[in-house]
Amino acid sequence: MIMEVTIDRELCIGCAICVKQCPKGYELDDELIAVVISTSAPGIMETEEACPVGAITITGEPEEIPVLDKVEPLIKVDDSRDVWVFAEQRDGKLAKVALQLLGRARDLADELKQNVVAVLIGNNIDNLAKELIGYQADTVYVANDERLNDYQTLPYTTIITDLIKKYKPNIFLYGATFIGRDLAPRISQRVKTGLTADCTKLTIEEDTGLLDQTRPAFGGNIMATIQTPDHRPQMATVRPGIMKVKPFDPERSGEIISVTPDLEGNDLIAKIIEVAKDSRTKINLEEAKIIVSGGRGVGSKEGFGVLEELAELLGAEVGGSRVAVESGYIEQDHQVGQTGKTVAPELYIACGISGSIQHRAGMSTSKIIVAINKDPDAQILTVSDYAIVGDLHEVVPLITRELKKRGLGGL
Amino acid sequence: MNIIVCMKQVPDTTDVKIDPKTGTLIREGVPSIVNPDDKHAIEESLQLRERYGGRVTVVSMGPPQAIDALKEVYAMGVDDTILLSDRAFAGADTWATSYTLGMGIKALGEFDLIFCGLQAIDGDTAQIGPQLAEFLGIPQVTYVRDVKIDGNELTVQRALEDGHMTMKIPMPALLTAVKELNSPRYPTMGGIIRAYREHETKVWSASDIGAEPEKIGLEGSPTQVKRTFAPEPRGKVEIIEGDTAGDMVARLVDKLKEKNVVR
Repeated sequence: MIMEVTIDRELCIGCAICVKQCPKGYELDDELIAVVISTSAPGIMETEEACPVGAITITGEPEEIPVLDKVEPLIKVDDSRDVWVFAEQRDGKLAKVALQLLGRARDLADELKQNVVAVLIGNNIDNLAKELIGYQADTVYVANDERLNDYQTLPYTTIITDLIKKYKPNIFLYGATFIGRDLAPRISQRVKTGLTADCTKLTIEEDTGLLDQTRPAFGGNIMATIQTPDHRPQMATVRPGIMKVKPFDPERSGEIISVTPDLEGNDLIAKIIEVAKDSRTKINLEEAKIIVSGGRGVGSKEGFGVLEELAELLGAEVGGSRVAVESGYIEQDHQVGQTGKTVAPELYIACGISGSIQHRAGMSTSKIIVAINKDPDAQILTVSDYAIVGDLHEVVPLITRELKKRGLGGL
Repeated sequence: MNIIVCMKQVPDTTDVKIDPKTGTLIREGVPSIVNPDDKHAIEESLQLRERYGGRVTVVSMGPPQAIDALKEVYAMGVDDTILLSDRAFAGADTWATSYTLGMGIKALGEFDLIFCGLQAIDGDTAQIGPQLAEFLGIPQVTYVRDVKIDGNELTVQRALEDGHMTMKIPMPALLTAVKELNSPRYPTMGGIIRAYREHETKVWSASDIGAEPEKIGLEGSPTQVKRTFAPEPRGKVEIIEGDTAGDMVARLVDKLKEKNVVR
């Protein structure tokens, strides 16, 4: 039976995922609906499953499909092993996400029967290596050098790339932080491997041992699972606050190996003048355990007062929706959502936030979400665990009072 | 000063809605726009040109429709626009895209500064800037919220989670813009008229820029999409009932204590 590929024009949303997967098989027509241009294109069989709306139907047997030529990978699949983690630190303090990555790396490595390796770069950081071992690293490579006091893209890239070329990691994970998102893509280009940004889930595919890297796309409207089949290491940045830290074990033993950075002149052409904390932004939404957030319903800058009181009692940060920021109720650096910060606290209390897609994309992976809203049909309720339908100006002060009464506070 | 800005035409994800029944995207009638961060990159480039002279060229990779976005930025006041467009570019991941943009930029010739937006709103990867800088062998600064030029040296302020870092780097260099950098200007009426009547965007194919076939499009992409799916919905929301707001709050606090998120 000859193979036939049909597209349901009513169902197709023009997302072009089929075109991306199989550019020789599909294109979008003038109405941005997918059309089939060749049924013998490489990768066409997988498009039926990949279509997010089930618009593609494939019947019959495929003709012989030619094998793709790929760029020759620098590191071969069979030569690679171990799960590596970039142990980000600043001012001699490990980023929390580094410990979260180690926790996840342990599970992945155990499944693959491989080891967990951490890379630590900085100045006066030798004491952190033991900490990484206690948090599940089997081996720690430490590049300790006075020239590396502050993060710099190029020397970090050179040190990590040299380690990758020498030891050929199977998987390499970075935190999706301001530093991780600067560093990881530079490395991926230099070692000619794939990189998946902002993953929220990492698992091993059973049959192949490949890393399934799952991330939100289109502002969190859809999830995509990405693989790097032929290139190593399989690299991903991972959102802070999602993977679980394993308990610290001071008795764990591991190997600490000192690395002498081989930096060339060009690696050090950036001169750091100043590293400063922004005085008005002591807020760190990404690492907050609890966030009390307000939207249009707060109504004014003064209206945020009741949220701030609750936040103070809970040791929480105060967040805001785009509307709240644009209306001048709260500063921009408090903004949660697609155009602001992506957060995943243990508890997110959304007060007077209707919950646009953009807002939900920035907070829907929070562990517990509470909505306080006058409108029982507000979109925010679709991602919430609990909701109180009512006026936040009445409800929020009552929550503060109730917690105080019972002697309860934050985490 | 020769400045090149990389720009992407993206679907306006603020208009994307979810079909509540199927949990899938509805993209019907969703307009395409200039990626917001890229507008900040263009604005800063125009301001630098106003201060130091030079040219601003905008490069985009995309389908032929992306010309509309290039017309829009031409109307903002850039000097020239280039579209890298070829069926063979389709299916590119960030590695292959940065290679393609890099080859297009090399075909353009000399430059002092490359500006990108931090990230595009459809993919949110923020990978193209650093990957392109590495491909071109120039230093990069990402999350840029302030730029000054002194001779051949840039003084750049880069945002961090809780503050910022100020650094000096020599040109040529690549910077990625965040929205705190500036407020982008609107296209002018005269600019729009010139964009449609006089300006012609150059359209370059893979062979025009000398791109190697095995490094572009799907074939050149180390990553592959295995599958896409609607996000798992949470369990249904529990609406806390009660006779008074005080009752509801007391019940809510019980629940939060049960879940161990207040102590």
